[in-house]
Amino acid sequence: MTLTGKPSRARRKAGEAKERGVISTTDRKRPIVRTWFTIVQTILLIVLIITGLGPLLWSAKASISSSNAIVTEPMGIWFTPAEWGNLLLAWNGAQIGRSLINTVILAVGSTASTLIVSVAAAYLLSVLRPKWGPILSGAILATLFLPGVISFVPLYLTILDMPLLHIGLQDTFWAVWLPAGASAFNVVVLKRFFDSIPREYMEAAKIDGAGPIRILTMVVLPLSRPILGVIVLLSVVGSWKEFLWPMLVLSNPELQPVSVMLPKLAAGNSPLSVQMAAVFLSILVPVVIFAIFQKQFLRGVGSAGGIKG
Amino acid sequence: MSATPEAAPAARARRRARPRVNLTRWAKGGGLHAVLFAVPVVVVYLYFSWGPVVQGLVFSFQKTNLIRPAEWVGWSNFEYVLGDPGLVQASLNTAYFALLALVFGFPIPIILAVLVTELRKYDTLYNALAYLPAVIPPVAAILLWKFFYDPDSTGLFNSVLGWFGLGPYPWLNDSSSAMPSIVLYATWAGAGSTAIIYIAALATVRTELYEAAEIDGAGIWRRIWHITLPQLRGVIFVMMLLQLIGTFQIFSEPFLFTGGGPNNATQTILLKIYNYAFVNGDFGAATALSVLLALALGLLSAVYYFVTRKWSAA
Repeated sequence: MTLTGKPSRARRKAGEAKERGVISTTDRKRPIVRTWFTIVQTILLIVLIITGLGPLLWSAKASISSSNAIVTEPMGIWFTPAEWGNLLLAWNGAQIGRSLINTVILAVGSTASTLIVSVAAAYLLSVLRPKWGPILSGAILATLFLPGVISFVPLYLTILDMPLLHIGLQDTFWAVWLPAGASAFNVVVLKRFFDSIPREYMEAAKIDGAGPIRILTMVVLPLSRPILGVIVLLSVVGSWKEFLWPMLVLSNPELQPVSVMLPKLAAGNSPLSVQMAAVFLSILVPVVIFAIFQKQFLRGVGSAGGIKG
Repeated sequence: MSATPEAAPAARARRRARPRVNLTRWAKGGGLHAVLFAVPVVVVYLYFSWGPVVQGLVFSFQKTNLIRPAEWVGWSNFEYVLGDPGLVQASLNTAYFALLALVFGFPIPIILAVLVTELRKYDTLYNALAYLPAVIPPVAAILLWKFFYDPDSTGLFNSVLGWFGLGPYPWLNDSSSAMPSIVLYATWAGAGSTAIIYIAALATVRTELYEAAEIDGAGIWRRIWHITLPQLRGVIFVMMLLQLIGTFQIFSEPFLFTGGGPNNATQTILLKIYNYAFVNGDFGAATALSVLLALALGLLSAVYYFVTRKWSAA
């Protein structure tokens, strides 16, 4: 359940699992087990390549094929000549370049806002521990129980006209950035991690004359780098995938991210080849991020599941 | 921790003896910093989390169109929403989706995880391939799949199935096959990331038990059935609840695939909320339905929280 307790145990168990799982070493030597295992393994690999890479590769090829070829023979496009112009048409003509930049801006801003608010909350509740901490902690935890649905419509009305301040955030990036900050799940994850940092480090820094802010930046944050990395990765990809909320609060096409742009493109009368090029361009970035940080992703998702479980 | 009668007065005396709160001492003791850190947290949560929840409850008892001042209308929003003949259909559709996803989509990640865990080589390759669909933005993936689901015989899925003499199938265009088609997509999109969580859980399965079972002569299948799966029981339960909570809030898929059609066959509860609010401009009805859905989901998440807390304590 706790993050600290888990890695060492998981690593040890993983080490053991390399020696044995359900199928023992003696089993593996039996010809019948070996044959079946190889067959299952190969089928699994083929299925995973088709389901995992298939759509990706197909959209890559479709993005440089003619509309006519895509419609008449979707599986035949592998053998048609490449039309690189589609990508350029999508990037410029269909404004995919502009909306991709918007998506990046939204992802970076949402991640920053999640990090700032969640780190502040977790540090407050785990290290500073004011007397009223439990009340705040309870109020944040309670939002985990309340599904996002209940506040969905009022949140939209808040964006139109912020109570007391009477500022409208509609059609500004803040409308996406700020609500992303209120992520109770990340507060819980970070607080658990901060709890696991030995207090002696902070005491030592305190004796050396460090104030709370210096302790946070010099001791707590550097020690939390792995968990911060996981939160950043999941938050970037998460906000890359957002659709409904940006569609509601960003009605200006100049500000819309690619996920809002794509369905409009599909509903309009742009040629299929340009649509496919746009789809491919919007898939490319998260896939590349995943390819680079694969290990961190998989470990992060696994351990986040451990926390959830 | 039972307070004996003798101890109680002593504690009371100690409390009385404590010095009163001193402002400078409070600031020096870190109180000021605590407030400094609390301000952004409280402001963000107040505006974008707690506030909207309270507002949602208030709106569900009001009639408002954002122009005229809101007026209290009692339970009439709830009566209107519950009397809407479309609600039964939307609830049934949502439940149908949840059932299909549970029966067909749920076992796949478990099977995948058990198989991948047995691999001695290339398991990271398998993991990465399985997780890939989870990083593809749903909007792009849905547009792609919508094209794959083309009901013509030249559609991608239909032409592949045609090689085996099957189809053509209507996929999204028929009210009986539209929902299963969406579930098929959702399974593809979600199976990999769920499998990664199972794989992490499988790494902690106690392997001694396998040896013990082997000595008792249990074969591979019986070991999986009697040792692996029972030890995953906890994670399986959690994933089931999370999946249920997720499926009740499904929106993008029916919205982009079918818009709720054909014949309302893929109309879901969240799609109804969206239509109430942003098509009809009836924010009262939209929040009333949100509150009802949130009650159901809150119940599920409370079960989830208490069950997992019991496990983590054990």
